Amino acid sequence: MMETTYQKPSAQGYYGKFGGAYIPEMLHRNVEELQSRYLDIMSDAAFQKEFRALLKDYVGRPTPLFYAKRLSKQFNTNIWLKREDLCHTGAHKINNTVGQILLAERLGKKRIIAETGAGQHGVATATVCALKGVECIVYMGEKDIERQAPNVARMKMLGAKVVPATSGSKTLKDATNEAIRDWINNPNDTHYIIGSVVGPHPYPDMVAKFQSVISEEMRWQLKEHTGTDLPTHVMACVGGGSNAAGAFYHFLDELSVQLIAVEAAGHGVNSGMSAATTQLGKPGILHGSKSLLMQTADGQVVEPHSISAGLDYPGIGPMHANLFDSGRGIFLSATDEEALAAAFEVSKLEGIIPALETAHAFAVLHNHPFKTDDQVIICLSGRGDKDLATYMNHL
Amino acid sequence: MSRIKDLFERKSNRVLNVYCTAGYPQLNSTLDVMKALQDNGADLIELGMPYSDPLADGPVIQHSSTIALANGMTIETLFAQLKDARKEINVPIILMGYMNPVLQYGFERFCKEAAAVGVDGLILPDLPEYEFETEYGAIIKANGLDFIFLVTPETSEERIKKLDSLSTGFLYAVSSSSTTGSDKNMTDVNAYLQKLKAMQLNNPVLVGFGIKDKQTFDTACAHANGAIIGTAYIKALEGTNNVAATTKAFLEGVLK
Ligand SMILES: Cc1ncc(COP(=O)(O)O)c(C=O)c1O
Repeated sequence: MMETTYQKPSAQGYYGKFGGAYIPEMLHRNVEELQSRYLDIMSDAAFQKEFRALLKDYVGRPTPLFYAKRLSKQFNTNIWLKREDLCHTGAHKINNTVGQILLAERLGKKRIIAETGAGQHGVATATVCALKGVECIVYMGEKDIERQAPNVARMKMLGAKVVPATSGSKTLKDATNEAIRDWINNPNDTHYIIGSVVGPHPYPDMVAKFQSVISEEMRWQLKEHTGTDLPTHVMACVGGGSNAAGAFYHFLDELSVQLIAVEAAGHGVNSGMSAATTQLGKPGILHGSKSLLMQTADGQVVEPHSISAGLDYPGIGPMHANLFDSGRGIFLSATDEEALAAAFEVSKLEGIIPALETAHAFAVLHNHPFKTDDQVIICLSGRGDKDLATYMNHL
Repeated sequence: MSRIKDLFERKSNRVLNVYCTAGYPQLNSTLDVMKALQDNGADLIELGMPYSDPLADGPVIQHSSTIALANGMTIETLFAQLKDARKEINVPIILMGYMNPVLQYGFERFCKEAAAVGVDGLILPDLPEYEFETEYGAIIKANGLDFIFLVTPETSEERIKKLDSLSTGFLYAVSSSSTTGSDKNMTDVNAYLQKLKAMQLNNPVLVGFGIKDKQTFDTACAHANGAIIGTAYIKALEGTNNVAATTKAFLEGVLK
């Protein structure tokens, strides 16, 4: 096998034992086209120029790296917030969709499909499709359509068609199944914009690369503020793992930096109502890649639970499975209740209402001690507007 | 000689392979379904191992998988059901399924036990050829099982040759780019099947996806060695309380 690093998968898309492209033949031509072209397209100067210009002028990058004074005092350390919530559309998801829509354009695709959980990726996809005047279909679990109503309305206003996924747990996993089936049935004109670092190779690497702008900025921003570009810790919540992959990317091979990923424990890791994949999962195959997967002893996928639709997924990207397996990453989890409490705490202490997903990353500050001179960067992956209905029930 | 190879030496056209999800419609109907298929003209039987997330399947087969899982079907149960099947079933048996349940069972253990109960071949649509060549193919071969790859109208000629060279038993020609049970019409299928025929492949070719009645079966058989019926048979079984009669009526309609 070819040499791999934490950052770079093998030619076949493996991070250690995890990754690959476990797809039916019906998807082969499209996936193979992506595999053979994504690196060339992404490294093309004209592509980079357009991508960077859109990130700057449309998305609003660079997003600030903000020293959270009151939060730092509360936890007796130094906490920096990477403000992905200030991206256009309110979360990091748009970094990836801007990249993939430019890629789709170069592949000559006229129709875009996507899955969404919290609706942030759906909104980010609908947004770039409106920008480019391309047809957009978003698959979303029926349960998520209910609990993330504002985002459903936004997608429709942006001109996207939202199709409910009614099978299984009616959440992100099932929306992803439906999107993949759509792609099988529309092999010629369609590009599938996956919203996280999951799916068959090259998606995990491609999405991680588009999101890596997060840690690229962190490094020079931290240096501007403190004189050094390496923090002691980087923290992020993990659903599929795209904001974490982006936040970790340029630190993956800097072994002094501790990488902390926070999963959703739902009602508690051992409650039977959880989405803490690294604690509950075993190696398995879902949505085209080998990774860690919550499943029964018979290999049927378990329906996860999290209060946050964006973390309500029984798998995790293969890069993260490798970080867990190798010990390079520290994987913690926060319950629904802890995440809710953290959302209220951060709102009051810093004047920033985080997304429920993001709140999980803050929740573990309570049980993971830091030293007074640590420099901790938390990826504030999104804002909480979409979760107001849930927050209002707990005011 | 493998039972599948033997079949194609005796019969090279209008070969009928019928798919049914194991444990559907009832947990213990698997053998009744197999007997009924054999008695009414099926040349091969393809048993689906139900999976919670069958990506390549449309709503009908998804639904049958959901029911089979709710009925309690597992690989272990299926092997127990098949233990004495060879006393009555002479036609080749193929297991079709997704990789994850097989990996959890243990790939080698799975192949060994499948062979022991008289299974002849495997179709695992999400096992890619790279992993087949580097890891799993040898285990499949060592246990004397055939392995059948799929090709589609989008598969390049070069790749068809490659997949044909890796397959034994037959090659599965998916009629159109779709999930199972889609109603995409089969008008373009002639050119595609003629192309496959002209390539003089090593393996016989069976056409699947969209074969549902006499007309579509005849169309497929005009340019291939036979065809595979799945969704239409599952639909016919829905709600039946007489598997034998339903199967007889269904296959008579196809083969008459
Ligand atoms: C704000 C926010 N953070 C995090 C996530 C989780 O996704 P990922 O793990 O890919 O970053 C989502 C997904 O919807 C989200 O909306």
